[in-house]
Amino acid sequence: MTTTTLTAPQPAPAPSRQAPARQPAAIRRKRALHWIAVHAVAIAAALFFVLPFVFVFLTSVMSDSQAMSGDLWPHEWNWSNYTEVINTPGFLDWWKNSLMYAGLGTLFTVCSSIPVAYALAKFRFRGRRTAMLLVISTMMLPPQVIVIPMYLVWAQQLHLSGSLWPLIIPMAFGDAYSIFLLRQFLLTIPKEYIESAKVDGCGEMRTLLRIVVPMAKPGIAAVALFQFFYCWNDYFGPQIYAAQNPGAWTLSYGLESFKSAHSVNWNMTMAATILVMAPVIIVFFFAQKAFVEGVTLTGVKG
Amino acid sequence: MAISPAVTEPPALDQRARPHIAPELRRKHTRERLRTLGFLSPWLVGFTVFFGYPLLATVYFSFMHYNQIKAPDFVGLRNWKYVLTQMPLFGPALWNTLWLVVVMVALRVVFGLGIGLLITKIKSGVGFFRTAFYIPYLAPPVAATVAFVFLLNPGTGPVNEALSAIGIDAPNWFNDAAWAKPSLVMLSLWGIGDLMVIFMAALLDVPKEQYEAAELDGAGAFAKFRYVTWPSITPIVMFAVVTGVVQTMQYYTQALVAGKLASGVTIGPGTVIQPGYPDHSTLTVPQLVYQLGFQNFNTGAACVLSLVLFVIAMAVTSLLMRKRAGLLTAED
Repeated sequence: MTTTTLTAPQPAPAPSRQAPARQPAAIRRKRALHWIAVHAVAIAAALFFVLPFVFVFLTSVMSDSQAMSGDLWPHEWNWSNYTEVINTPGFLDWWKNSLMYAGLGTLFTVCSSIPVAYALAKFRFRGRRTAMLLVISTMMLPPQVIVIPMYLVWAQQLHLSGSLWPLIIPMAFGDAYSIFLLRQFLLTIPKEYIESAKVDGCGEMRTLLRIVVPMAKPGIAAVALFQFFYCWNDYFGPQIYAAQNPGAWTLSYGLESFKSAHSVNWNMTMAATILVMAPVIIVFFFAQKAFVEGVTLTGVKG
Repeated sequence: MAISPAVTEPPALDQRARPHIAPELRRKHTRERLRTLGFLSPWLVGFTVFFGYPLLATVYFSFMHYNQIKAPDFVGLRNWKYVLTQMPLFGPALWNTLWLVVVMVALRVVFGLGIGLLITKIKSGVGFFRTAFYIPYLAPPVAATVAFVFLLNPGTGPVNEALSAIGIDAPNWFNDAAWAKPSLVMLSLWGIGDLMVIFMAALLDVPKEQYEAAELDGAGAFAKFRYVTWPSITPIVMFAVVTGVVQTMQYYTQALVAGKLASGVTIGPGTVIQPGYPDHSTLTVPQLVYQLGFQNFNTGAACVLSLVLFVIAMAVTSLLMRKRAGLLTAED
């Protein structure tokens, strides 16, 4: 859009310090220099962001002995490292656990948060502002603040430690961050749609399911993605509740043990790292729009 | 709150005819209140059970001696005194957390804004650059940390190989108490994607006419940024700072994993190791809560520390409630 600002003023010549006659050439040169400078910086930045992936990948296909050297480029491409990682006892279980935690967690969160967000966005009732403040406060709260009594309840009263259920079950009761994001999105749905649905005789529940949910699909997709990744990436939760039982570990939690189990072999650890990163990045390419939408939603206008 | 329908029926009925149809109206009110409660119920239950209860219990346990085996014992303020005045690790943990809050958040905001500005200036290959800058944000924190510990390892890490090839005496990064936190900052800058997108959206929202007007007034690049861009993006910057502070106070996974891996201890997770390698330089308050509560089984002290964290987090959050941070709309 800077191009338009540069070309647009030409008919009505901008007051300028330079001699008008030499303007076109000078401007063209300036613009070219500007282009080169911007793209040089962009390429440098891109290297900073991309090179770590490249090095991790290159190391992940090195042989055991080469991975212990300082070499950057693999002599031979050991794709078998990946099959070896996948065949490591437990690795597929971690995958399954991660999928269960993230899948069920997302489903529960979305189903329980939509009605709450809808009420906070569209109903008028006393205490709404307070409710909003409480939602935002819980959203900002470090999980470590309440983890100890929660752990004691799950472990001593309900005997569910050693599994991921203490992490999944609470998600059936609304998640503050998802409620907040969904509400921000629902605020943008014009009232008229909801009112006309009511005129047509829809109850609140039907209005929500038939009118609001279909209109809020982009917002719901963004929230679902965020929640999925939150669960997929979660380390603290599985550490608290699943540590004693390797059968319940998730990928994020198990990955750390990789370096320890294969202590000298960076190549195996890097192959495992790639396998943990890959699903997230693949999903991103399929759902790019929902992602960006979600991130912008968090910083929405006041 | 639309103006036109307000003049017509419902409010008028509400005010003038109240005595006659009061029961009916009351019934409607009750129905509406029940409906609201119904929609809010998942959260009301969740908030009470998974937030209200544990918060009160944390306060309760902070006055108890409790090792999670024998019944809790009331000890008054002893846990508080122990944590705040005697516990040797409290100081370093609080210092590290505050250090990260200040340095990491400041650098992330500046860097995120820089990258956001850069993206808006790029004319060829925007799509490629945007994706390249964004993707590291998606790397799961544990995976990203493992990758960085490898990249920066002093023995065979590619970064130090490259630096020594051009004759730079490279630091030991995660293995050096002075460099461990800066290394974590670098890791967090690598995952700048979220801020980049927010800033990019804010920058594209600045009205173009304002730039044109400023250009006509002869404003240079800096003046344009100072007088046009900055005023219109301050709410987003403010938002990024406050949420950054809140996130950094919870900083746990990366610091823990980096410390554990760099220390070279070859045992799986679940085994007891003192966090904070090297030399407590990566020990944060949340890690200390974990250590006290789940490794030392000193429930009382862990709860005191949790409450300290809670108070700081609430103080910061109250900043968020201000209108400028843009979380609550004027309507609320």
